[in-house]
Amino acid sequence: MNGVHDMGGMDGFGKVEPEPNEPMFHTEWEGRVLAMVRAMGAAGAFNIDTSRFYRETLPPNVYLNSSYYKKWFLGLEDMLVDKGYIAAEEVAAGHALAPAKPLKHGKFTVDDVERVMVRGKFGRDAQAPAKFKPGDRVRAKNIHPATHTRLPRYVRGHVGVVELNLGCSVFPDSAAMEAGENPQWLYTVVFDGAELWGPDADPTIRVSVDAFEPYLEPA
Amino acid sequence: MSETELRVRALETVLTEKGYVEPAALDAIIQAYETKIGPRNGAQVVAKAWSDPAFKRSLLEDASKAVSTLGHVSRVGDHLVAVENTPLRHNMVVCTLCSCYPWEMLGLPPIWYKAAPYRSRAVKDPRGVLADFGVSLPKETEIRVWDSTAETRFLVLPMRPEGTDGWSEQQLAELVTRDSMIGTGFPKAPGAPS
Repeated sequence: MNGVHDMGGMDGFGKVEPEPNEPMFHTEWEGRVLAMVRAMGAAGAFNIDTSRFYRETLPPNVYLNSSYYKKWFLGLEDMLVDKGYIAAEEVAAGHALAPAKPLKHGKFTVDDVERVMVRGKFGRDAQAPAKFKPGDRVRAKNIHPATHTRLPRYVRGHVGVVELNLGCSVFPDSAAMEAGENPQWLYTVVFDGAELWGPDADPTIRVSVDAFEPYLEPA
Repeated sequence: MSETELRVRALETVLTEKGYVEPAALDAIIQAYETKIGPRNGAQVVAKAWSDPAFKRSLLEDASKAVSTLGHVSRVGDHLVAVENTPLRHNMVVCTLCSCYPWEMLGLPPIWYKAAPYRSRAVKDPRGVLADFGVSLPKETEIRVWDSTAETRFLVLPMRPEGTDGWSEQQLAELVTRDSMIGTGFPKAPGAPS
């Protein structure tokens, strides 16, 4: 979806302001939110792509005005309500009011913590031969899906070169919508600055994205 | 208590009462993030690459595999790519769409990495972004920006500082900063105040 989360190339957000000695969490609740998202995901309530989709579908003003973990919290709440794990009235009441919905992997307990600290595996068996190889010129398709996609707007319609074949991987566009993993080939595609930003661009800049095969066509 | 804090507590109570999570398990997740991951993991990998040419080759060829051979940072998963800075090329990592970041190597990302100014400008004006960090590169140096749009995670291998001949891996690791592994900074110079 063409949301405000897709920020590459936008102007007007100002300077980057690093915070000296930044703490891991700025308030205690930020840690609780992170932990709840990781726990409910590991318990099978949602996958990582769905959780990203819920954050990016927050209303633009909410997205831009909320801190990072506030976005995580709002996305988590919406997702758990939509999927029937909780009701909005329960959060308002601060207590469970209805029976639980079974989780795919059951209750998240202390024994499961080790598991969430290991990064997930997204590689899958190939469904078909790869269409592209390193060195191929490809165009990022001019597509504007209203649902989740990982093809940023700033590369759409532009021509780049395949640099790496990263293997076959879960396709976030499908997984986020809970339409199955639909594995697709994944490539690092590199673009010249001038191709993306026009003739006035700094000639020393090159930018790459990781692009799934359905995002690309031969150029 | 802020409104958000009250709502977060309410949600945790609901999830606990419904039997979805144990609060002790949430405590343990937070503790694990606070104690087990952080830029020291990445710094050890970089210091080893600076010291051991065979390790450096395997890191650049298949970072997931190379890092998995190091017992202390073995949880990196399958999708790590290391990119090497050279006198001709400087690498910088961003996630324009959200906040993808090599947690296992660098810990949780800092706020600026997840915020609009960095995400919007890193792909269009990386030199301007570097200037915000007080970093400047020769104008002919290529800047390669890696936008983390899938599950691949990128670790920048910075250049080894001069004047560190004969240093141990442990000494070298002290020079490796988090920002140098994102590409928004350089390693510390030997003898510089920490």
